Amino acid sequence: MPKILVIAEHDDGQLKLATLSAMGFAHKVCAEAGGAYDVLILGESISAAAELLRGYGAASVLVADYAALKEPLADKYAHVIDEVARAQNATLVVGAASTFSKDVLPRAAALLDAGMISDVIEVRPEGGDFIFKRVMFAGNVIATVKLAGALKFLTVRSAAFAPPPKAAGASPITPVAVDAGKLPSQIEYVGREAKVAGRPDSTEARVVVSGGRALKNAADFERLIGGLADVLGGAVGSSRALVDSGITPNSLQVGQTGKIVAPDLYIAVGISGAIQHMAGMKDTKVIVAINKDPEAPIFEVADYGLVGDVYQIVPELMARLKK
Amino acid sequence: MKILVPLKRVPDPDTKIRLKPDGASVDWDGVKFAINPFDAIALEEALRIEESQGEIDIVVVSIGGEECIEQLRAGLAMGADRALLIRSETDLDPLAIARIFVAIYHREKPGFVLMGKQAIDDDSNQVGQMLAALLGLGQATFVSRLELLDHNRRARCGRETDAGIETVTVKLPAIITTDLRLNEPRYVSLPGIMKAKKKPLEEIAVADLGVKVTSRTRVLSLEPPPRRKAGVRVKTVDELVDKLKNEAKVI
Repeated sequence: MPKILVIAEHDDGQLKLATLSAMGFAHKVCAEAGGAYDVLILGESISAAAELLRGYGAASVLVADYAALKEPLADKYAHVIDEVARAQNATLVVGAASTFSKDVLPRAAALLDAGMISDVIEVRPEGGDFIFKRVMFAGNVIATVKLAGALKFLTVRSAAFAPPPKAAGASPITPVAVDAGKLPSQIEYVGREAKVAGRPDSTEARVVVSGGRALKNAADFERLIGGLADVLGGAVGSSRALVDSGITPNSLQVGQTGKIVAPDLYIAVGISGAIQHMAGMKDTKVIVAINKDPEAPIFEVADYGLVGDVYQIVPELMARLKK
Repeated sequence: MKILVPLKRVPDPDTKIRLKPDGASVDWDGVKFAINPFDAIALEEALRIEESQGEIDIVVVSIGGEECIEQLRAGLAMGADRALLIRSETDLDPLAIARIFVAIYHREKPGFVLMGKQAIDDDSNQVGQMLAALLGLGQATFVSRLELLDHNRRARCGRETDAGIETVTVKLPAIITTDLRLNEPRYVSLPGIMKAKKKPLEEIAVADLGVKVTSRTRVLSLEPPPRRKAGVRVKTVDELVDKLKNEAKVI
């Protein structure tokens, strides 16, 4: 029977919603193949996030709350995950497919001599083992794969797994004993560039408004894309073209080489729809495309397409939505 | 100082990947191959370090069949000093690849390893982190800014994370994996190609490295992703808002 360890993710103590998708994966596996799952959260001053994790039927919420774990440094985090996975006799270690998990989990997997599959979008139990589907080639190929070994590591795409249902009781909290003196210290945290306050992260938001080449400068981007996102309470995103031309920062880029998003509503404003970009947003529920070029490939995936000049349409749309 | 730069042979990023009708393999017919773009960025960064410091020995290494010589020669033409081809005819998963790199690391003893964050065919994004773990070294992944400090004893790295750019310092030797915006790789020049022909390219069989590797990942089948159905065109903003409110019910 599977014994799953989900690695939770947070941003300075604020739980990332993608964690719930990884727990949803664990819940699904346990429902179909039996077994149980634990959630491990690492950091400092993380009791509020740990509290949120208790509501979903995990066997226990394991909390490694230490000053030395304040920042998610791969050497320290992988060391703790290694120890906890051994102590819990885990058979599957799972995280959301984010830069956090991609940095830390392969390192922990190698410490445990375990194989790993990235970007899982489907799981099927089969004869005491599992068959997984994952995406490759920038989202252009879906592979069905098996992974040998008693312990497997996975990252799962959050769009593919719904959060688990709320459980009646609260999972018990179990503190994890970490010998801080034995943690590796090859990597040292220096700082993080301040995030633009007030708007949600595009990987977490229900609505994402993204701008492309049609936006001529940073001020127009903020006024039109930022403005529309604010009206809808959504996040902003950007095509690679705008990042390359310096109009938007790297952290906004949606696409295979940027963020993979799957909101309820994605509004592509003046984005032509390069394969690269679409690999990052095509799991969205409803796609709206606004573009001057009626032949733009984005219209082939859009649920609703509106042909026209974004400089005229977006202000009109904002005015209409504010009514 | 020596910098080890792994180069993976992958389909050219502008190629459309098609599957064979058997549903189990990619149709490689007519596909052009290239150095994995993230690895080319790693090599470019190594070359820039050489240009600013001098006295840097850049060794590029590929694992695979003799077709990989094409990419190694391209790496030498960009400016690498020496190439290694680790001959292996089987498909290997990231942990197996990382184990081979462990042996190469011990053989070459580089000041650090600079490599792409992921290969654009398999998209796993695992090998660098696994290699760091197996060697007990530090790592800095998804690096878009790199600065060597203290006479190459430490590196200050800007990492592209979901929350924005995070800066860390890591003790060297370490494994540093590159992200897209670290630099723009140079084009290969004709003199570069001529020079590359005279540079050493050594072939070693995996078995001769003293590592036994097996791949635990087995691909059962491949399929194209489901196609999104094309939607409808709306004519006005009012019609769009009406559809989003009353039909899609997302606002």
